[in-house]
Amino acid sequence: MAAEHIVPVKTYIGIFAALLCLTALTTGVAFIDLGAMNTVLALAIATVKMLLVMLFFMHVKYSTKLTKLAILGAFFWLALLLTMTLADVFSRNWTPIPSGWGPSVSAPAPAGK
Amino acid sequence: MSEVASTHPRELAHQFQTVEQQRETGRLGMWVFLVTEIMFFGGLFAGYAIYRNLYLSAFEYGSRLLEIKAGTTNTAVLIASSLTMALAVHSAQTGKRKALIFFLLITMFFGFCFLGIKSYEYLEKWNHFLVPGLRFAPTEVLPPGVTASHLELFLCFYFFMTALHALHMIIGLGIMTVLVIMAWRGKFSAQYYAPVEISGLYWHFVDIVWIFLFPLLYLIGGRY
Amino acid sequence: MSTAVVEVPARSEVNYLNANYGIRSWLFTKDHKRIALLYLASITFMFFVGGAAAVLMRLHLITPEGTLVQPATYNKLFTIHGVVMVFFFMIPSIPAVLGNFLVPMMIGAKDLAFPRLNLLSWYIYIVGAMFTLYAILAGGVDTGWTFYTPYSSTYSNSHVIATALGVFITGFSSILTGLNFIVTIHKMRAPGLTWFRMPLFLWSIYATSVIFILGTPVIAITIVLVFLERVLHVGIFDPKLGGDPLLFQHLFWFYSHPAVYIMVLPGMGVVSELIACFSRKRIFGYSFVAFSSLAIAVIGFLVWGHHMFVAGQSVYASLIFSLLSFLVAIPSAIKVFNWTATLYKGSISYQAPMLYALGFIGLFTMGGLTGLFLASLATDVHLSGTYFIVAHFHYIMVGGAVMAYMGGIHFWWPKITGRMYPDAWARFAALLIFVGFNLTFFPQFMLGYLGMPRRYATYPAEFQVLNVMSSAGASILAIGYLIPLIYFIWSIRYGPIAGPNPWRAKGLEWETPSPPPPDNFDVTPIVTEEAYNYAGAPPIAAAGGANV
Repeated sequence: MAAEHIVPVKTYIGIFAALLCLTALTTGVAFIDLGAMNTVLALAIATVKMLLVMLFFMHVKYSTKLTKLAILGAFFWLALLLTMTLADVFSRNWTPIPSGWGPSVSAPAPAGK
Repeated sequence: MSEVASTHPRELAHQFQTVEQQRETGRLGMWVFLVTEIMFFGGLFAGYAIYRNLYLSAFEYGSRLLEIKAGTTNTAVLIASSLTMALAVHSAQTGKRKALIFFLLITMFFGFCFLGIKSYEYLEKWNHFLVPGLRFAPTEVLPPGVTASHLELFLCFYFFMTALHALHMIIGLGIMTVLVIMAWRGKFSAQYYAPVEISGLYWHFVDIVWIFLFPLLYLIGGRY
Repeated sequence: MSTAVVEVPARSEVNYLNANYGIRSWLFTKDHKRIALLYLASITFMFFVGGAAAVLMRLHLITPEGTLVQPATYNKLFTIHGVVMVFFFMIPSIPAVLGNFLVPMMIGAKDLAFPRLNLLSWYIYIVGAMFTLYAILAGGVDTGWTFYTPYSSTYSNSHVIATALGVFITGFSSILTGLNFIVTIHKMRAPGLTWFRMPLFLWSIYATSVIFILGTPVIAITIVLVFLERVLHVGIFDPKLGGDPLLFQHLFWFYSHPAVYIMVLPGMGVVSELIACFSRKRIFGYSFVAFSSLAIAVIGFLVWGHHMFVAGQSVYASLIFSLLSFLVAIPSAIKVFNWTATLYKGSISYQAPMLYALGFIGLFTMGGLTGLFLASLATDVHLSGTYFIVAHFHYIMVGGAVMAYMGGIHFWWPKITGRMYPDAWARFAALLIFVGFNLTFFPQFMLGYLGMPRRYATYPAEFQVLNVMSSAGASILAIGYLIPLIYFIWSIRYGPIAGPNPWRAKGLEWETPSPPPPDNFDVTPIVTEEAYNYAGAPPIAAAGGANV
């Protein structure tokens, strides 16, 4: 499948240039204060870079559906691990500690000092 | 029973019917392996995500301690190595043996550059007493909201994640050495280059991990 | 399923066992059938290591004061029992032995996709086992098989690092095996063998392999973190240094809950094969059973927090995990209903494999139902950390998965060795195991409900009667497991020769000689039938003359 399709060298060079530009962009943005958008932008740029490497350098664009499904599955599973664990960590604060069990302010659970 | 393959039957392993089946199987195998690698690194990313959200100021402070020039250069170096790896695979696909060896060697050169810059960074951390567990005694006054142990946590993730990544790179360099030797001996052709292709997949994956490590470790501090 | 052309000879002159001689031909083999036997020997050895720990524990627990071993030693015993049984017996058992042997044969292939990787998997398993055995001999480890932090990472004085390394290394054995199976099933099926013509054993092996791939790497990295924390004295999971012990538990159980499905799914696959053959009927609701295997694998990844209901996890997260834990019971129940429907109006015979399969259905159902008490938040608060949990998972693991493994070994033994075992002894051992098992573990449900904590070396005197019953059952169970060891070894030399298909079963693996030739099939089979095409099939004959 992917072997039969030989990606032209020009495409590779183009993708490489795009990746370098995006790297410069992400580093440059770090020097500008955009509040919460800094992280969002950084991750978005990283995602675009990853997609470029995957689709073209790794030939995913020309790969079988099974390959694409496997990759999507892996990221989805990672997302599962992250979201459900973070859901626990963040919602620990939502239940106040009953009075008499500890300091009256409900503290974040793991800061055990 | 295996059909006589149209070309290079000696590369056709006995459990396969056709060279096409063997090639696709090899590719799928490497992708399944990369899925496991995504989950392997993923555990570290999960831990990072949790502690970053809990101790954001410490993580931002720690991130500013990292050498952004070194990190950016390394990112560019790895991206270049991905380009040369893709060109190596391209050379194999088009049967150009000398170009294949050349691009493999350049890729390895970039890999060594990366490791060199990384070692410099690690050495700098060592010199400033910022290596968790082994040599950790921050000398600077920490801003309010940042404790030494939270900073140590950030540095733990910095070292563990980049070290695991570097370990994968070293393995990749080993694989490429083997490929160079095999290419030198004329084992590859336009009909048979599967090991080059799947090693390329591995190398690109290592690049992708760094593409995420770089902003998450180096750029969260905001240097404004 | 039928082969295209060839009449199967009763016994092949050259089979995979006699094709090459010498230890090197075994240690450097690429033949999946030989690798399966290498695993069989290794995991049987580890089974008896873990079993020895269990015997010592049950002997110790005969008296409330517990005078057989010191409490510190008791901690090491339950840890080693758990570590060895989970990682070195249960997880590899059916996939590495029966899966390795049967997957290529059931799909009509000559071998797995990556035979050398398969051999590497076994070597990795052996290296991991060596580390763990070293840990045992050097003084043991006392953290529990769950390695909870910060005890395991900071405070324990036992051989955590060696054990952790052993488990870490062995994990890669599973990962590579799972990779091999997934790729093989996708890419190497014989012509005509569509997904929905595959035996259900392959569906469950496939689902299990998906769990191997997605889950094992997470525990691998978790163990690395514990190792680093222990060696470097940093505080990733240590609250004193700002770490979160619950993070360890999240990462640990993200794998270890799906791991229990790794342990039971292949058993379910075996049971489907056995029920179909010994009722002479196709499995009722084939596609439901197939999709249930996938559903168990997927939903099984969403429930891990039910191990942490009383550990400090937020109530809201616990609610979600509780709901999902109820949902995961559904596909398992679907399978039990479908097996039951298969039995209905079937032509049932009670050879040893069938006894094990029927035992599985009953005992797994009991274990599964008791899981619902644990999925429910309120009752789990009472039952967590008690013997109820111990009984729950042993009903599923031993009453379920181990019985399925035994059933599978008995069913495919004639194919693997070309010999038949004595069925009368086999049935006797199966019944002994059933009785011994229930006598061991049913009292533990009661003990847990009454409040006896698990992992305790002593207990209040009022619990002694139930504990003595449990220990008595364990002795019967031990004898039940020793008997097959003896007659299987006996049968290799003296058992009657079994033909290619002593059970008159359906399946490509039965259309080769017993033992099979090294390349499995001389001609690649072409599949034209659905699975389990038992309609009009002759009854099971007296196999090899040894059936009573």
